Amino acid sequence: MNDLLETGVEEAGISFVLNGRPVRHVVPVRRNLVDFLRHDLGLTAAHVGCEVGVCGACNVRVDGAVVRGCLMLAVQVDGLAVDTIEGMNDSGEIAGLQRAFVACNALQCGYCTPGMLMTACELLRQNACPSRGEIRDAISGNYCRCTGYQSIVDAVALAAQGGQP
Amino acid sequence: MKAPAFQYARPASVDDACALLAQHGGDARILAGGQSMFATLNLRLSAPSLLVDINRIPALQGITADAEPGLVRIGALVRHAETAASSVVAREVPLVAMAMHHVAHPAVRNRGTTCGSLALADPSAEMPACAIALDATLVLQSRDGGMRRVAAADYFQGLYETARRDDELLVEVLFPSRRPGEVFGFDELSRRHGDFALVGVALRARIDAGVIRDLRLTTFATDPMPVVSGAAARIAEGERWSPALGEAIAAAAVRELEPDTNHAGGPEVKRLQAATMMRRVLAATFGRGAAHD
Ligand SMILES: Cc1cc2nc3c(=O)[nH]c(=O)nc-3n(C[C@H](O)[C@H](O)[C@H](O)COP(=O)(O)OP(=O)(O)OC[C@H]3O[C@@H](n4cnc5c(N)ncnc54)[C@H](O)[C@@H]3O)c2cc1C
Ligand code: FES
Ligand code: FES
Repeated sequence: MNDLLETGVEEAGISFVLNGRPVRHVVPVRRNLVDFLRHDLGLTAAHVGCEVGVCGACNVRVDGAVVRGCLMLAVQVDGLAVDTIEGMNDSGEIAGLQRAFVACNALQCGYCTPGMLMTACELLRQNACPSRGEIRDAISGNYCRCTGYQSIVDAVALAAQGGQP
Repeated sequence: MKAPAFQYARPASVDDACALLAQHGGDARILAGGQSMFATLNLRLSAPSLLVDINRIPALQGITADAEPGLVRIGALVRHAETAASSVVAREVPLVAMAMHHVAHPAVRNRGTTCGSLALADPSAEMPACAIALDATLVLQSRDGGMRRVAAADYFQGLYETARRDDELLVEVLFPSRRPGEVFGFDELSRRHGDFALVGVALRARIDAGVIRDLRLTTFATDPMPVVSGAAARIAEGERWSPALGEAIAAAAVRELEPDTNHAGGPEVKRLQAATMMRRVLAATFGRGAAHD
């Protein structure tokens, strides 16, 4: 397979670590990462909004950095580590943020919520007590169609304070 | 929409990538961060037959101070986020550090590459303007180790048009390190933090015995490519800073712009916005005692 990957393929076998567990799969190379996670692996937390990188609903973590699942191919995660909100929920990594989102009423339809949690989690890892301005800058790449931005900023600020509701 | 069908290759070296480009001509496309590429594929605005993924080529990584005397190298695989966080860039290439703050959203910056932005030559992007303002050098490689260096001023040729040939890989960009007395300014107007600029200004100059020298006032997002103002340089040369000088520079520099009409407005609106940004950036750069050292 490796030799072929040097010259061009339409389908490839990939192996990677998904939410801490090894996975192997064969994927058509034009399959994007978020479709692969949703349709082939049944992990439906990451959503598809725009497919051009502006809405952030498809955010997933690849090798520790949050990326757009719609702007990456599934074949590109071969050999890498992928985390989705399902895994981050199970590990308890985002428990504080989840409690704060509920406490602040920071989700309405919930479509944007997994992407928002991804972004907020990365922000808090890099900056443990961000200002409201910094929170706004960080979530500027995530659309909330229910326009719940105010309460989302509240929730991230609350989680940053180690906030228990 | 979904991307059209294509083949995918993941060469392990620059030579292998260049061989694929040579073999497939204009039908092959380099895949770097994919942050512009997949948007155009998903919208079916482009349909390359082969994507050459350079993400596993170690030689393309890294930011190096003094890669050559006085030059900072940013390799083709360096993500925007890495450039933004780099202490070498902050110290040696402050204009790029200032501009990086405005490039896209965190998740896009984690994947998009600084060189990809130069390869694409979007008129609203920050990096082409910085490369032009700083006289950066773009290093292009083709089959059999063929290398050439192109000055930013010659590299950008129009709307998404560059001097890069289809068979060439942009392997790195070389930015001159900050020299004594140099000052920099950057700001832009955008609808939302991280969105592409509606108008932006990047400048570099030298302060010598209290007077301004070698001003490169560069405006982007108004024209098909960034515009360096010749009039601004002439007016500023050898002058001490004053708000009146800023007014004169901005008034002359906007006359050199030829803004297109698009969704963001017509030429009058853009000239007004550009003049305002220029005055702001000039005042922020020269107005805080910088000109009186
Ligand atoms: C929502 C959103 C907002 C954005 N906002 C901004 C913004 O405010 N400012 C900004 O500057 N950019 C912005 N971008 C674009 C982003 O910076 C891209 O990452 C960048 O323009 C392209 O870099 P890339 O590495 O992702 O390149 P890719 O998408 O992989 O490639 C883009 C093009 O360049 C070519 N290419 C890339 N690298 C090379 C190379 N080394 N040699 C030869 N050809 C190459 C590709 O073949 C392709 O044609 C935004 C993108 C999105 C999705
Ligand atoms: S679906 Fe990926 S950013 Fe909107
Ligand atoms: S809660 Fe509905 S999109 Fe944000």
